[in-house]
Order: sequence, then structure tokens, then C-alpha cells
Amino acid sequence: MSQFLQQMINGLSLGSIYALIALGYTMVYGIIKLINFAHGDIYMLGAYVAFITTTYFGFSFFPAMIASMVVCGILGVIIERIAYKPLRHATRIAALITAIGVSYVLEYTTQYVMGSEVKTYPTLLSSATFTLGPVTVSMQQIYIFAITIFLMIALQLIIKKTKMGRAMRAVSVDEDAAKLMGINVDTTISFTFLLGSSLAGVAGILVGIYYNSIDPLMGMVPGLKAFIAAVFGGIGSVPGAMIGGLFIGIAETMVVAYGSSLYRDAIVYLILILILIIKPDGLLGKNQREKV
Amino acid sequence: MAMLEVKDLHVHYGVIEALKGIDLEVNEGEIVSLIGANGAGKTTMLQSISGIKKKTSGDIVFMGESIFKKNPKAIVMQGLTQVPEGRRIFTGLSVYENLLMGAFLRKDKKGIQEDLEKVYKQFPILKERVDQDASTLSGGEQQMLAMGRALMAKPKLLLLDEPSMGLAPILVKEIFSIIQEINQQGTTVLLVEQNAKMALSIAHRAYVMETGKVVLSGTGEELAASPDIQKAYLGG
Repeated sequence: MSQFLQQMINGLSLGSIYALIALGYTMVYGIIKLINFAHGDIYMLGAYVAFITTTYFGFSFFPAMIASMVVCGILGVIIERIAYKPLRHATRIAALITAIGVSYVLEYTTQYVMGSEVKTYPTLLSSATFTLGPVTVSMQQIYIFAITIFLMIALQLIIKKTKMGRAMRAVSVDEDAAKLMGINVDTTISFTFLLGSSLAGVAGILVGIYYNSIDPLMGMVPGLKAFIAAVFGGIGSVPGAMIGGLFIGIAETMVVAYGSSLYRDAIVYLILILILIIKPDGLLGKNQREKV
Repeated sequence: MAMLEVKDLHVHYGVIEALKGIDLEVNEGEIVSLIGANGAGKTTMLQSISGIKKKTSGDIVFMGESIFKKNPKAIVMQGLTQVPEGRRIFTGLSVYENLLMGAFLRKDKKGIQEDLEKVYKQFPILKERVDQDASTLSGGEQQMLAMGRALMAKPKLLLLDEPSMGLAPILVKEIFSIIQEINQQGTTVLLVEQNAKMALSIAHRAYVMETGKVVLSGTGEELAASPDIQKAYLGG
């Protein structure tokens, strides 16, 4: 039992990171129906921005996190403007292939600039641990979980309560009708990329702290898993991405703990296959019906 | 001077010319109906005026200013709002949120609140359903929501595209009497309809479109009495 609880805590930490990345996938898909395969690399860049600011400029944790958010957010907006906007009314496959292209550009540019070797993250948070009954929780895990929860609540408030959030939802339902309300669709899409990419930036620094090492290709597998988390929760659904991320993180941790770490990736793909067979629109996906 | 003046408007979809030189005027305070069969170019016309559709040539002047090259946002800001064909309400947003979307460009919180009350008074059913997801509304309620949403922009000129589409006859009557009320409260209306009988009955003036051209125009009564119109659109 105590091992189970312990693994739950580890799973929640990993799942929080997946959830933060999954949110970006799901929001972008919700608004422009694009699976932004470069999103995992934005997360990688978030880790690098925090690495650079802390190692070379002596930033502490929170300023480094803000820097990651800002840089990733702006980068997300620029990528959308340059790469995706011209393709907005093109076929979906064209935009998808472009996203994969952007992903390679980001990966290999980083490799060229920063080197392909693994970098070791500086210690940003105390490595203190707390023992609560049968389980041990590290300071880092508390940070990861608390920050994720805070950001999720903030994101929900933005989407549900602000004018820009309503505009995002309106554009995702009907772009032309939104235009008729006077909503600037381009600005709204940029804002969505800004939000999603800055969350990925946070995920980047958190994973750097958690695993202590980063490399230019680190975004590929977690990016894919976060994408699966988004599909699991119902792509386009923000709460779905949160639940999906946590679920995938816990499932992966449990398999490592009770099965074999060889299967840590396989279990995620198995979940994808099962969800596609059983409920293809995901846990909270909307099955779209229209009324006349 | 006319509130809205469309001059020699040409619009293409690819190589197909959908509007072949339209001239049309709407004066302040009027209800103007634009009738015609499917594919005549009525919806294209409204989308061109609202800035959703790219135009080839001609000019559109609203309140003395050309809006030919303006984007939808600037056009809404100037006081020209559209209720699109098929309602196009925002599903997943509540009725209240849909109404707020209509007031998206307005900053006067007090005015918005007042107009919300007005809309609730005009459409009491919306007040009852204020927190419901808009997708749960019936067709007629959705049409009312789409109209209420457009009114939240405080338009000087309201474009209505097929408000009667898919509605039961009793509801059609109700919607048309609401359009008249809105007009009497000071909003000018340009109405596109396939239901020619209803559209002519409330119109001060009307235009008849056929394959991208205006083929007839006159007062609502004149057109309703015209034998050609009776034969083609009013079922004898």
C-alpha cells in the first residue's frame, strides 16, 4: 500500500508535466484544428531557456520560469504567424506536415546552437524531502504539483471568465460568426498560441528540475505522450487535457513500479490504441450534434 | 442620403461571378427586403457588406463612408451588424455569454447592462435560459438568441439572413413581428429571405434578385401585387 501511494505521488508529478504540455495541444487543436507537432519542442526550448538563464545569468527558480514562459509564448506566436497562418485555409495535412517541419527546425537549431550533448540542470530548488506517514514527498514534487494546479486554475479562469477567453471559445466554435461579432480572429489565435506555449515553457523548466538533465531531442517523446493525453481526455477539451495528462503520468509510473520500465512507453501507446477503439472522441470529447 | 449604398458591386467565387453589378440602397428607418431563389446571391450580398467575403469591384458606402475595403471588425464598430444564415450561435457558450459576444467591441459597461435588459424584455425566453448552453435551445430560441446577440452591438443597420429558415409558421410570424418592433425602436433593417410573402409584407421597399442581379425593385406592396412576383415567388 505504501508503495502504491508513493507511486501515485510520483505519477502525479510526472502527470502534471504531461498535463501542462497537453493543454497547449488541446487549445491549439480546439481553435484551428491543427495538431501542433512542434509543441513538444517548445517545451524543450522552455527547458533550455531556464537552463541558460539560471546557469549563465544566475536567475533563481521563479524568474527563470517567467523567462521560459515569456520566450516560449512569444516563440509560439511567431511560429504561428510564419508557419501556420498562411496555411489556415489549406488542407489539414499540409498544416500537419508543416508542424513536423517546424519541429525539426527547432530541434536541430537547438542542437546546432547548444550542442547535442545532455546538459545537467543546476539545482534550483531545495532537494529536501518530507516524510508523511508511509510516503516521501520531495520539495520538487510539491513545487511541480502546486505550480501545475495554480496554472490550471488560472487558465480555466482566463478561458471561462475573461473577454479574451470567450473570444477563444467563440472562434473555436465558428470563425466567421466570431468575425461578425467584431472579434479579431488572428489576435485570438495568437493569444491561444501564447497561452499554450507559455504553459509548455513551464513544463520545460519543471522537467529539467525533476530529471536534472536536458537535451535537444527531449521534447519528442513527452510531446507525443502529452498529445496522447490530450486525445485521451478528448482533444479540444481543456479539463480533458488535465485529466488525461495526470492519468498518463500515473499509468506510466505504475507500470514502471509494478511491471518493467521497458514498458513505460508501450503502456502509453496501448492507452492510445484502447481509447481510439473504445471512445475515439476521448473522455470529455464532445460528440457534435447540431440542431436545426 | 441613403444610410447604405451599394454601387455596381461585383463578387466572384473563383471564376464564377456571384454578383454581377448590384445597386441597392437602404434609407435610415426602413425595412428593406431582398428576396430571390436559392443561389441568387442574397447571402453573398450580405457577406460582402459585412466584410466576410472579398469583393471584386464596385463600392459600398455606409453612413457616408466607404466600407468596401474595411474588415468585419471595423464594419461592426461603425454600427453595421449581421445575423447570419443558420443563426451561427456559439454552442458550448451560455446564452448570457453569447449575448456578451455581441457586445464584444463595446466598452461601456453600463450601456451593455442596459441593452442586456432590453434584449431580455424583447425575448423573455432568453432570460429564462440565461445560464443554459446555447446548443440546448430550440431552433426558434436560437434565432432569437442570434438576433439578441446582434442587437447587443447596438447596430444602426441590422442585416438579417434568412431568419425564418427551418422555423414553424407560428414562429416565423413571431420572428417577423419582432423584426418590425426592432425597426420601430429605431434600427434600420436589411432582410434577406426566401419566404417572399412574409418578407414583402413587412418591407417598406424590396429588391428581387435573380442569378446575381437585381431584376425588380419597388415598395413591398407593389412587389407583392406584381403578377410576375406572385407567379415566381408567392405560389400563384
